[in-house]
Amino acid sequence: MTSATGLATLVPSIAAEPPRTARFLRTAGRGLLASRLTPWLVPFALLALWAAASGTGRLSPQFLPPPWAIAEAAWSKILDGELAANIAVSFRRAISGFLVGGGIAFLLGLANGLSRLSERLTDTTVQMIRNIPNLSLIPLVILWLGIGEEAKLFLTALGVFFPVYVNTFHGVRTVDAGLVEMGRSYGMTRFELFRRVILPGALPSIFVGVRFALGVMWLTLIVAETIAASSGIGHMATEAREFLQVDVVVLAILIYAALGKVADTTVRLLERATLAWHPAFADPRTSK
Amino acid sequence: MTVKPADRDFDALFADPSTRARAARGVSIRLSGLTRRFGELEVLRGIDLDIAAGRFVAIVGRSGCGKSTLLRLLSGLDRPSGGELAFGAGEDDDVVPRLMFQEPRLLPWARVVDNVAVGLGRDRDAPDGRLRVASALAAVGLAEKAEAWPAVLSGGQKQRVALARALVSRPRFLALDEPLGALDALTRIGMQSLLERVWLAQGFTAVLVTHDVGEAIALADRVVMIEEGRVALDVAVDLPRPRRRGSAEAARLEAEILRHLVHEEPPDVGWVI
Ligand SMILES: Nc1ncnc2c1ncn2[C@@H]1O[C@H](COP(=O)(O)OP(=O)(O)O)[C@@H](O)[C@H]1O
Ligand SMILES: [Mg+2]
Repeated sequence: MTSATGLATLVPSIAAEPPRTARFLRTAGRGLLASRLTPWLVPFALLALWAAASGTGRLSPQFLPPPWAIAEAAWSKILDGELAANIAVSFRRAISGFLVGGGIAFLLGLANGLSRLSERLTDTTVQMIRNIPNLSLIPLVILWLGIGEEAKLFLTALGVFFPVYVNTFHGVRTVDAGLVEMGRSYGMTRFELFRRVILPGALPSIFVGVRFALGVMWLTLIVAETIAASSGIGHMATEAREFLQVDVVVLAILIYAALGKVADTTVRLLERATLAWHPAFADPRTSK
Repeated sequence: MTVKPADRDFDALFADPSTRARAARGVSIRLSGLTRRFGELEVLRGIDLDIAAGRFVAIVGRSGCGKSTLLRLLSGLDRPSGGELAFGAGEDDDVVPRLMFQEPRLLPWARVVDNVAVGLGRDRDAPDGRLRVASALAAVGLAEKAEAWPAVLSGGQKQRVALARALVSRPRFLALDEPLGALDALTRIGMQSLLERVWLAQGFTAVLVTHDVGEAIALADRVVMIEEGRVALDVAVDLPRPRRRGSAEAARLEAEILRHLVHEEPPDVGWVI
């Protein structure tokens, strides 16, 4: 290892003016990289900017209410229990749509990845349906299912289905053939081959599908709740719009952002737990 | 002389290295008129080869001459189009051939111990399984990497894990398809002597495909050259073990085999694998 002084004597121009600002920036950069708070820097800066703009009167409350007005709206909704009820309803819809659509997609993706026959039978059909924007089905779904829970479940599940299906299928198909041959040569049964080679090999791709699906899940649910619902965050926002309560509308949007973040973080944690072997997912704090 | 702990485990694991013990552990292999076609392409056109139990045979030949195809037949990954392949004197039921590939082919999502445990095959749940895995890892000098992920190992270390995986079931026949081809020269020499030690101690029958004639002569009892789907040359290597690199006799043999390999090639191309 070359010491800093050794380098300095080798390169006199650096030694001539040890730039304090440069050193400060370097230390600060390292600190930023290490800190857990760093990712929150930009959101907090935006919040501060928003508060400042509202406080000085540059931002009209009719256009965007100040942060404290949103907080007040949140507080009153928390107090009358409406907020918790609506969040619970939306969350339950999101999860059930995700489980139903993602579950079917995962199984079909596996089946089509593993079996040429299954692929020949169903893949073309799936690809055809995939090209229909799922939100364009809303009028038809309302005609069929009304605005009950089934309509939301159907739309969310359909939206979640495609990313999970496509990525599961791709993941299974791109598993290293050399590893599969190795497993066969060591006498693995078909089930062992699936559990120990194919599924773990497909997992990174499946996670890509899941994260994509979470985005589609919220999007579909928001739209469905805005158009056809009598409860949930989307409904709360629509109702507030009719009464010109901008603060509640903004609150609903913020809640969607928070729920999306929660879902994404959950998947990240799952990824880190199951893909610890993968250099790209290894926790830098625990790997040597 | 002191014995390193790794060497003691190694000896404890493997059999008595006498020639008799070797013949008992290894299995003889007989190929007669073995052929393999891929559609129009006739890759193996009738291979006749008798390999005595416990011997080390090296196979050389130009790229695409069918060496890997032959090893896949020998290790049961593929079926011949014609001819016969027989292990031992008829009691071929307990021969579980093992094949070592050019790439390590370790499961990236399994720790080193679990990768070696794959080699136990149907004995995976045997009570002494863990112990056998540990001994095999010690034998290749990687006991301290047992809990590591494959991603953090060097190329040579990965290939040693693959060797431990191939040996942990104590196979009677081991096929090796250019297992050292991708390693740097120094690592390769280390691996060659490891292979020789393991083979001497365990006594299995070994068939090694290599593009390095020097390596073939350093390791094998016999060097077989394949050309146009048939055995074109079969040379016994009668040098004492453990072998010294660069002896005059080895150099003479190497020159002879190389002369046959380069034979009939356009002079400006040379032989390339
Ligand atoms: N599964 C296969 N299908 C069609 N052709 C094959 C297959 N496996 C090998 N071959 C062909 O057989 C020939 C010999 O291949 P191989 O045994 O891999 O040669 P090498 O001696 O370099 O190991 C090559 O021409 C290769 O293209
Ligand atoms: Mg080959």
